[in-house]
This record gives sequence, structure tokens and C-alpha cells, in this order.
Amino acid sequence: MAFNSSDTAAFKGVWVFCEQREGVIMSTSYQLLSEGRKLANDLGVELCGVVLGKDIKEEYLKALGGYGADKVYYCNHELLDVYTTDAYTKVICDLVEDKKPEIFLIGATNIGRDLGPRCAARLHTGLTADCTHLDVDVAKYKEFLKTTSTIDVDNTVFEENTNLKMTRPAFGGHLMATIICPRFRPQMSTVRPGVMQTQPYDEAGAAKTVIENVNVALSKDDIHVDVIEVKKAAKKLVDLIGADVVVSVGRGISKDVEGGIKLAEELAGVLGGVVGSSRACVDAGWIGADHQVGQTGKTVHPRIYVALGISGAIQHLAGMQDSECIIAVNKNESAPIFDVASYGIVGDLYKVTPMLIEAIRAAKAAK
Amino acid sequence: MKAIVCVKQVPDTSGVVAVKEDGTMDRAAMATITNHDDLAAVEAALRIKDATGCKVVVVSMGPPPAEGMLRELLAMGCDEAVLVSAREFGGSDTYATSQILAAAIKKIGVDDDDIVFCGRQAIDGDTAQVGPQIAEKLGMPQVSYVAEINVDGKAVTVKRLLEDGYMTIKVQTPCLLTCVKELNDARYMSVGGIMECYQKPLEVYNYETLKDDPLIDVTTIGLKGSPTNVYKSFSPPVKGAGMMMEGADKATVEKLVSILNDKHII
Ligand SMILES: Cc1cc2nc3c(=O)[nH]c(=O)nc-3n(C[C@H](O)[C@H](O)[C@H](O)COP(=O)(O)OP(=O)(O)OC[C@H]3O[C@@H](n4cnc5c(N)ncnc54)[C@H](O)[C@@H]3O)c2cc1C
Ligand SMILES: Cc1cc2nc3c(=O)[nH]c(=O)nc-3n(C[C@H](O)[C@H](O)[C@H](O)COP(=O)(O)OP(=O)(O)OC[C@H]3O[C@@H](n4cnc5c(N)ncnc54)[C@H](O)[C@@H]3O)c2cc1C
Repeated sequence: MAFNSSDTAAFKGVWVFCEQREGVIMSTSYQLLSEGRKLANDLGVELCGVVLGKDIKEEYLKALGGYGADKVYYCNHELLDVYTTDAYTKVICDLVEDKKPEIFLIGATNIGRDLGPRCAARLHTGLTADCTHLDVDVAKYKEFLKTTSTIDVDNTVFEENTNLKMTRPAFGGHLMATIICPRFRPQMSTVRPGVMQTQPYDEAGAAKTVIENVNVALSKDDIHVDVIEVKKAAKKLVDLIGADVVVSVGRGISKDVEGGIKLAEELAGVLGGVVGSSRACVDAGWIGADHQVGQTGKTVHPRIYVALGISGAIQHLAGMQDSECIIAVNKNESAPIFDVASYGIVGDLYKVTPMLIEAIRAAKAAK
Repeated sequence: MKAIVCVKQVPDTSGVVAVKEDGTMDRAAMATITNHDDLAAVEAALRIKDATGCKVVVVSMGPPPAEGMLRELLAMGCDEAVLVSAREFGGSDTYATSQILAAAIKKIGVDDDDIVFCGRQAIDGDTAQVGPQIAEKLGMPQVSYVAEINVDGKAVTVKRLLEDGYMTIKVQTPCLLTCVKELNDARYMSVGGIMECYQKPLEVYNYETLKDDPLIDVTTIGLKGSPTNVYKSFSPPVKGAGMMMEGADKATVEKLVSILNDKHII
């Protein structure tokens, strides 16, 4: 029978695309599996990981069970080693048409955001971009709205259903939209890396997970591009997303760029963190793009976020406002960064930062 | 050979952003600009034109005022413009938008050695989905996140950005490329271009123009034909103001550190 995406009742189960690069599963996959597990539990269905690659280590596949996957569909083929839109789209669409999952989550990486739309267009279903929150249960969704929106939740009518409610920022974070895809399946969403929390690894889950080898029908003729080379950036990139503490610099360091970055590095050093930045510094060429926090950079939610000389534009806030403790130093008392800061100091960062470093050192030494 | 460039007019989200009481964007109250990534796509096409003399056609779907933006692109050096505009097309999600734009591109006509350009992402909807979805509807290969382009006859070699590096990819025309802003710096309109832009052809495609294309089916275009629907939209609350420390001296800093210490934050 031909595949029909509008026959919604025929679709069951939650899937996560588990992206690998150079044979290693990306950490985004663990975040998505952890989130997918909750959705699968709410729906009472299976959670499956989908891996495309070549000769992926079995322990890596098993590990997906440690983050919640009941089953792993493993598509092993020489032509799946390096990502191409054509090969990955074909293999995934074939699998979706065969197994019919109701929900399909993909990490919103540079590859996921290429693959997702191509698959959704082929399958004739909707795709919600770059989501930061997912719910199937209306009661849980209402709880979420209570803390994240200005909606008077208790006096608003919500349609009861188990459609996937996919929430995402739009218009540079000025607006949040919850999107549904009620008439077609699978309900697809790309999910922003670093937003969903990875649950603790569960040995028993890993041991239990079933690996199903998928028969891959793929030939060179299916692929219309040649990947000539894949090149990694020469220097080691900063791991902003995994960091516990981020100390970011903004255009406020313009007076002495080197000195400002050095102070941030030193403060990050005593706090056990890494250096981030606003886009202004990246655009000015003062620091690498891998340091950028914000809408077009990384989304971080560290335990401590320090903003040195950052005004707090909405696009910057979009990437850091969910940090647990935000400390802002800015010489302008009306800078918007102070609206989201847990602690604010109005002053010159070149004066305040060295004092902070010293005081934290002293406090740590006293312990 | 020709280059067809998809360009979207977007509200300027870096300026004043107006949100209505119902949580939707008050577009009428906001300034409009040409989407940044799309300007990079236009510039990339114009550079190919500079080198090969090919034709550059810009296409935009949107309400009639988008004509002003298209005239500006003609003044930059593009040769022809198409405005896709109809009530039936309103409210389209990315799936429906790509169906309509793909139908418009087919109407313009795609030759063997043509390249379709899109921006990577529009700053309002922010999905980055329309480019790949148009490519699928046109059945052509795509490369997204393009940061460098070399055209040699029908062979196109591009640099595609990854988070931690890049891929070099070779693809044959006809193909679709989605461009990032970093690709280039777009040129300005020239005085001569401004004089000429009203003489250059600007066609309007409405529902009637495109309705015979199988992609234009009322069940797959517009608000009703869109697979995704907005369930709720809302503005995030302003986070409760934190604690502003008095002064910027040693005593203040030490007080802050002792609070952080007491709360086990450090
Ligand atoms: C589509 C789009 C996407 C964007 N994406 C991002 C993004 O991902 N991330 C991002 O950060 N931005 C992004 N931006 C840019 C954003 O709008 C702002 O322009 C940018 O964040 C400003 O950076 P800044 O705060 O460092 O600089 P500014 O806004 O110039 O602020 C500098 C601050 O430093 C303070 N200052 C100056 N000197 C000192 C001193 N000696 N001591 C203490 N304080 C001092 C000033 O009071 C000021 O508040 C985006 C913009 C657009 C349009
Ligand atoms: C708050 C909000 C959230 C939304 N979320 C989703 C969602 O998750 N999924 C979904 O399917 N739809 C969504 N939409 C609808 C979507 O924004 C529209 O379909 C829009 O017309 C195209 O999407 P985009 O702005 O994201 O464009 P992108 O996909 O980001 O645009 C990429 C490129 O495609 C080309 N392009 C896009 N639109 C046009 C156009 N009108 N004319 C010419 N070229 C164009 C441009 O070259 C552009 O750079 C949302 C809309 C709103 C208001």
C-alpha cells in the first residue's frame, strides 16, 4: 500500500535521529533521546534511535539504550559514512514509510537542519524548526506556560489532545510559538542543541536495548553530490554548551581587547569555566565564532553566566537567559542585561573584574 | 545559464519589535528589510553574472509592497523580478511556501545549467526550511550553509559550513544553494541601476498564473493546506529583576562573592 502521511492512526512510536560524525554519536542525540523518553512514556509507546553510518561500534549503538532507547535502527552502508542530503533522505524516508513513527525528532545541527526539511517535504508532513520545548500532555504543557509565558493559563481554554506541542522562539526570540501538526504523521521537529537535559546514563537500559539492522537500499546513482573533503577547524573549539560556567565578553572590551579577553579567561579560570562572547566581538574579529552565545550562536544554560560589557540585546539573551545565575558587569545602569541578571554591578569591567577574580580566589582558598 | 534567487522581505527584528496583545507580531508597525542571507544570495548570483553574463531573476512571495524591495534588487543589477502574491497563498507554512515558490520557479523555467539560490534562513520565521523544501519539490540536489561558491560550467564547487569546520562539495547544475550572510558583502544599488530599475520587467504571479501546476493544490497551499498550525503563541515574560549591587568598589565585589559563597554558587 502506498505511504499515506494523513492516515494518522497508522503511526506509532517516537524516533530520534542519532547523528554521528566520524563514527561518533553526537551528544545532541543523548539530549533528544532523554527528551524522547518522556514523550514515549506519556504516550505509552516505544522510543527508537535511528543511526545512519558505516561500521559504527556496537558499544556506541548500545549506549543509546542507556539514554532511553528501547530499540536502535541501525542503517549500515558505505555511502552513509559521510553525510549527504540525498543518501540520508532516501534511507530515512524509506524507513519512515516502512515503520511509520508518530513523532520524529532531529537535532537542529547544521546537518539536521538540512536533512529535516528535505525529509518532511518528501513525506508530506510538517516540520517545526529549532524547538526548545516539547509536550504531548496538555496538563504538562500548561505547567510549562505558567512559568514561561504571560498567558493567564487557568482562564484559557486548551484543546485536549496528544498532538506533539512543539514550542520554538521566532522573530529573534521576541515571540514564542507552539506549533502542532495535527493532520499528518510523523510529527517532525528539529530540536536546538544544548536545550534538552541529558538524563543520567542507565546501564540496564543499555544492556536491554535491541539493535535492528536495517536493509539499506542505496546506490551511487541516488547521490547527486560529491563530497570532496570534510575539514575540521584547526584549533580546538570551545565547548560552550557543555560548560558549567561561561564568562562572556561584549563590545565593552573595545578599549583594550586583549586585556579584556585576558581578564575573562582569568575569571573563567578561577570559576572553572570557558569564555563566551556576544556577536559584536565575533563580528569585530576579536574572538572566534565558536565563542558566540545567542540566537545565531550557541544556547547555553550554565550554572553561572558572567556578562562583561554586554548590553543584553534580545538575540544575545535568547542564548543565555536560562542560565541559573547571571552576573552582569556593565557601566551603563540601564543596559537591558540587568533585566535578566541575578546580580548586577554598574561599573567599569576593567576595574571590577580583577577585584572579582581576587575575591573569588580568596573565598576558594578559605574553604 | 541563469540564476534564480528567492528573496524574502522581513520585519527588522533588530529594531523596534511590536507584539500585539494576542501574542502575534504587529508587522504593520515594523520597518521591513531584505533578509540578510538573501542579499548574500543575490550578491553571489550577481558575481556569477559579472563573470559569465548570465541572467539573474529574483522571486519573492509576499504582499504587494514587496515590489519596492524587488525594484531595489533590480537597481543592484538583477535583470528580472517576479512577485508571487495572492490571497490563496497567505498563511503558508514552510511546506506550503516551498510548493508555491517551486511552482513559480518552474513557471520562470529551469534550464540545465541554472542555479537556484536561497538564503539559509529568514530572520522572522527563522526556520531555514524553505530552501531544502523547494529543492525537494523541484527534484534537484541542494547544498545548504554555503559560504563559498565556484562555478565552472555545469560544475559547482561550494564550501558548506559545519559547526566545527566545513565540507567541500561538488554538485552539478541544476541545483539549489542556500547562502549564509558571511558569503560576501552585498553591493549597493548604482545610480544607473536606480534609473533603469523601473524599465526592467517585474511580473506578478497570482493564483491564476500558477494554478495549473500540480504543486498548486488548495489542500497543500495557504493556511488551510499547511501541515503545521500555530497552537498558541505568546511573548516570554520579562525575568524578575535581580539584585543590583550598590557601588563598584572592593566592598561591593566582596559582598557579592560572599552571597555566592553562602548560596553554594561558587
Ligand atoms: C538576526 C540577528 C541575529 C543576532 N544574533 C546574535 C547572537 O547570536 N548573539 C549576540 O550576542 N548578538 C546577536 N545579534 C546582535 C545583537 O543584536 C547585538 O548587536 C549584540 O549582541 C551586541 O553585542 P554587545 O552587547 O557586545 O555590544 P553593545 O550592544 O555595543 O554593548 C556593549 C556594552 O558594553 C558596555 N560597556 C562599554 N564599555 C564598558 C566598560 N569599560 N565596562 C563595562 N561595560 C562597558 C556598554 O554600556 C554596552 O552596554 C544578532 C543580531 C541580529 C540582527
Ligand atoms: C512564529 C512563527 C513560527 C513558525 N514556525 C514554523 C515552523 O516551525 N515550521 C513551519 O513549517 N513554518 C513555520 N512558520 C511559517 C513560516 O515562517 C512561513 O512559512 C514563512 O513563509 C517561511 O518560513 P521562514 O520565514 O522560516 O523562511 P526560511 O525557511 O528561514 O527561509 C529560507 C530562505 O527561503 C527563501 N524564502 C523563504 N520565504 C520566502 C518568500 N516568501 N519569498 C521568497 N523567498 C523566500 C529565502 O531565500 C530565505 O532566505 C512559522 C511562522 C511564524 C510566524
